[in-house]
Amino acid sequence: MVLNMGPQHPSTHGVLRLELITDGEIVKEVIPHLGYLHRCFEKHAESLTYQQTIPFTDRMDYLASMNNSHVWVMGVERMLGIDKEIPKRVEYIRVLVCELNRIASHLIAIGTYGIDIGAFTPFLWCFRDREHIMGLLEWVSGSRMLYNYIWIGGLYYDLPVGFEERCREFIEYFKPKMVELNQLLTDNQVFIDRTANVGILPMDVAINYGCSGPMLRGSGLKWDLRRIDNYSAYPELDFDVPVGKGEMGTLGDCWDRYKVRVDEIAESVKIVEQCLDRLQKELKRTPDFDPRAKLPRKITPKAQDYYIRGEGSKGELGFYFIADGKSEIPFRAKSRGPSFNNLSVLPEIAKDVMIADLIAIIGSIDFVLGEVDR
Amino acid sequence: MTFDEIKHLLAARFGDTVIVGEERTGLQPALLIQPDSIVDVCRELRDNPKTYFDFLSSLSGVDYGVDSGRFGVVYHLASIPYRLQLTLKITIEHDRNSDELPAFKSVSSVYRTADWHEREAYDLLGIYFEGHPDLRRILLPDDWEGYPLQKDYKTAEYYKGIKID
Repeated sequence: MVLNMGPQHPSTHGVLRLELITDGEIVKEVIPHLGYLHRCFEKHAESLTYQQTIPFTDRMDYLASMNNSHVWVMGVERMLGIDKEIPKRVEYIRVLVCELNRIASHLIAIGTYGIDIGAFTPFLWCFRDREHIMGLLEWVSGSRMLYNYIWIGGLYYDLPVGFEERCREFIEYFKPKMVELNQLLTDNQVFIDRTANVGILPMDVAINYGCSGPMLRGSGLKWDLRRIDNYSAYPELDFDVPVGKGEMGTLGDCWDRYKVRVDEIAESVKIVEQCLDRLQKELKRTPDFDPRAKLPRKITPKAQDYYIRGEGSKGELGFYFIADGKSEIPFRAKSRGPSFNNLSVLPEIAKDVMIADLIAIIGSIDFVLGEVDR
Repeated sequence: MTFDEIKHLLAARFGDTVIVGEERTGLQPALLIQPDSIVDVCRELRDNPKTYFDFLSSLSGVDYGVDSGRFGVVYHLASIPYRLQLTLKITIEHDRNSDELPAFKSVSSVYRTADWHEREAYDLLGIYFEGHPDLRRILLPDDWEGYPLQKDYKTAEYYKGIKID
C-alpha cells in the first residue's frame, strides 16, 4: 500500500511529504518529496549584497540562526582578508551567542523527539528552558528568532549592560534542569526501548551520504568542525566532542544520536561559561569599544571562489562563494545545508522498519526544513 | 598530501590529459579536471589510501554567465582521515539556445550524497547528469518551466494561471 505521511503530519517537523510503500505495518520504501518551503535563498543571495543577505541566512535554520550568520560572515571576512583583525571581544561574543543558540536548538530537538515518541513532559520542560535563551538573545539583538546580529567585520551592537550576569544566572538555573531531564527521558526504559537498536546508521554509510553533526557523531566518528577547522575563538576554549558509543544498543542507533545532543548541551554550557569568564575578566566592556569599527565600507572581495564550512547545530554548514571582484553581489552563492544531506540518508536507514519506528527515526535526524529547502 | 602531490598522483594514474588546468590564486587551490573522467578521478581519490577523500562536502552547479557560454560543476571534497580539503572543477562549453542541456557525468555511484545535490543542480541550473539513477526536480514543482539560477532566467509571472507576487 502507498501511504502519504505529511506534509502536515506533526512528526515531519514542518513541511515534508514522505511517500511510504508499506506491507502491513512494515515500511518497504520511503521516498521523500521536498520543496514545500523553498524560498530561493541562492537566488536572493545572488541579487543582494553580502551584508544584505545575512537576514536570509538566519531563515535557513531558524532554530539556530546565529550559527548560520556566523559561518556566512566568516566566509566573507576571510575573502576580504580581514578575519585576523576582528577584535577578541567580538569573537568571544559571537561564540557565546552561537553556543547559546546551539543549546536552544538541541533543546527543541530533544523536546520534540520526546513528543514524537509519546512523552509530553520533556517537550514542555525543554521549551520552558529554551524560552530563557530566547529572552537573552532577544535582549541582545531585539529579535526573537531571526537575529541579524553578527555582521561582517563585527556585531550589530555590543552586549547590553548586565547581560553577562543574567547569562550566568541562567546557566546556574539550567544545570540542574538538565539532570532532571535526563532522569525523565534518558534513563527512561520506555524511551530506550523505542529508540535503541532503531534506525541504525553505520559510519561508512553516514560518510558516503554526507551526514554530519550529531548524525555522524552518533555513528561514532569524532568529527566536529569547531575542532577540525579551529575557527573563531574555539581553539582557545576547552570542550569535548561527544560521540555515540552504542551504550543501549547498536552503535549509530536513534538513542546514540539523541545522547550526542544531550552531551553536546553540557559541552556548550562549558563553552558559555568560559566565554563569560573571558568577557568579564580580560575582555571587559569599555565605553569606547565599538563592535562595528572594523565594518568595511564597501564589501567587494577580489575575484576568487571560496568554500567556507562551519559547525551548525545540525552539522556541517557550508557556503560556496564566487566573487567576480567588481560588484558587491556574489556571482554565485551556494549553500550546503546539513539537514539536506542528513535527510537524504532516510530512505537508506528506514528500510523494513515499523511505521511507528519510522517516526522515531525521522525525529532522531533532527532536520529543519528551512535548511533542506533553503 | 599536498596539492601538488595529489596532482602528480592523478597524472600518474590517468595520464597528463586528465588535469586541464589549475587555479592557485585564491585561498583554496582548485584542480580543473577533464569532464569525462570526473567519475574515475573521484573514485580514485576516494579509494586511494594516500588520499581517502571520502566525504563530498558540497556539489555546486555554476552558470558562468551568458557571455562566457560555459557551465560547470564544482566539487568540494574532504578527507576525514587526513583532514584535507580539495576542490575539483569541471566545465563545458554550452550554447544556451540549443535544445540539449549541458551534460556531465554523475558521481552518485561514488558518493551517494551526490544524488540529491545533482538533482538540485539539475532543478535550479538545468545541468544534466548522465548516469544519475533518478534525475527529477527536487525543490521546484515538476511542471516548473525554466531553471531559476541560470543567469538569463526571466522570473515567471504566472504559475498554472496564478499570478506570482
